[in-house]
Amino acid sequence: MAGRIPLVLLACGSFNPITHQHMRLFELARDHMHQTGLYRVVGGIVSPVGDNYGKQGLVVSKHRLAMARLALQSSDWVSVDDWESQQADWTETVVTMRYHYDCIAAQYHNSKDPPTASDVPQLKLLCGADFMDTFKIPGLWRDDHVEEVVGRFGLVCVSRGSLQPDRAIHESDLLSRHSQRIFLVREWVHNEISATEVRRALRRGQSVKYLLPDSVIDYIREHNLYTQDSEMKNKDVKLRPLTMQTIQD
Amino acid sequence: MSLQEKTRVVLLACGSFNPITNMHLRMFELARDHLEDTGRYRVVKGIISPVGDSYKKKGLIEVRHRLEMARLATLNSDWITVDDWESQQPEWVETAKVVRHHADLISSENNSDDVDTVVCGKRRKLEQNTIICQSSSNINTKEDSPHLNLLCGADVLESFGVKDLWKPEDIEEIVGRYGVACITRCGSDPEKFINQSDVLYKHRKNIHMVREWVTNEISATHVRRALRRGQSVRYLLPDPVVRYIQEHSLYSVESEQKNANAILAPFQRYTSSN
Repeated sequence: MAGRIPLVLLACGSFNPITHQHMRLFELARDHMHQTGLYRVVGGIVSPVGDNYGKQGLVVSKHRLAMARLALQSSDWVSVDDWESQQADWTETVVTMRYHYDCIAAQYHNSKDPPTASDVPQLKLLCGADFMDTFKIPGLWRDDHVEEVVGRFGLVCVSRGSLQPDRAIHESDLLSRHSQRIFLVREWVHNEISATEVRRALRRGQSVKYLLPDSVIDYIREHNLYTQDSEMKNKDVKLRPLTMQTIQD
Repeated sequence: MSLQEKTRVVLLACGSFNPITNMHLRMFELARDHLEDTGRYRVVKGIISPVGDSYKKKGLIEVRHRLEMARLATLNSDWITVDDWESQQPEWVETAKVVRHHADLISSENNSDDVDTVVCGKRRKLEQNTIICQSSSNINTKEDSPHLNLLCGADVLESFGVKDLWKPEDIEEIVGRYGVACITRCGSDPEKFINQSDVLYKHRKNIHMVREWVTNEISATHVRRALRRGQSVRYLLPDPVVRYIQEHSLYSVESEQKNANAILAPFQRYTSSN
């Protein structure tokens, strides 16, 4: 794959818990980016969100990190990173991206061979189609952040179900302007297994085998995660980005 | 007051398993949860029975591979097993015969467990420490045989309507004498299909519709397509199966052409007898 741009894919999210679906995102994205003939995917990062995000049902990051690590033990290119979850407050996606990009660039510049600017790996945000729709939720994203995430870095967005990410792009001037930096990956297998569904099944004592790795299922049972109570966590709490943005206005 | 005995159930899935996927395995889990949730059943075993090569379906690779992949996929299951009786028969075997074979096997295994059951029955009573009628008629000398149910997707149930694919008496036997646990897709209308078929309607009590609320359409066809195109199928099938496929270079453009000009075994058998 000579002459291709090296690329790292970063997925931010709750991973509450991590499922086969999440891991599929990386596989699909890698295949797609290789298929373009332009990129060589050199790494993948799972970055679970911090507890201060305030999302309902979010179990403590210690567990979400442990589960993600178990799930990715057998992966030779995707790893878990805890920087985001270790920050004191919730961290905007763009801040996480800047951090990881700086790490990648520093790693690159510290390597033996003299680097050329074009060889520093690019970093793109990997997400599902539902993520694209969040850009239009009032108060959730700062415009300059979206500009940087999409314009400076770029998005690799995997479609799911009937969601149409191209529509979300079409309906946003900002996204349309950067459409060439948004890579849309079609997931032809109609598979709507989500972490929400997994939590629901667990609450009801139903099997989640084959939806996530056995090691993660064992961990969940050992620690009795995902119960009626755990789903009620943060029930009346406002999502941190929404409280944060209003303060800054 | 007598304790309500749950009916023991064995789930049998017939199919190509070409290759086995997480979706196939999910079917077993969903069906078990559904049946046990009614409070009337206890699912004791799951059987995967891959079809023989003589079925002649397009793209069907050798059964030794399909069996091995299914075995690898069920290593981590404590209740689902793989059976090769069907695939070892010289000619294609109708599903009803496979069902009958396994039901008979279960029945004879059960009959030879007489003594053990009595011992277990007594021990259970002591452990429960309840005061119930001590008469010996309450101790079953032989538990009822586990019931065998065919486990399948809604597409199989709907295939009952395809001309020359099933013998009418076979359908009658499968749903009438045994039973079916059918996984239905969100959005489909399973009751409608049962309603439209007299034989299914007649035996509707034996047809357990397991609602799959969350779509999970990992089809083996899709998996084979992805493999032909060098795309990743990781997390769609268990890792050991993915590795096996890679090691043996299964599923290529060539393998998909296998049986391209052959006639599917049931069509061959039923139309020639007309």
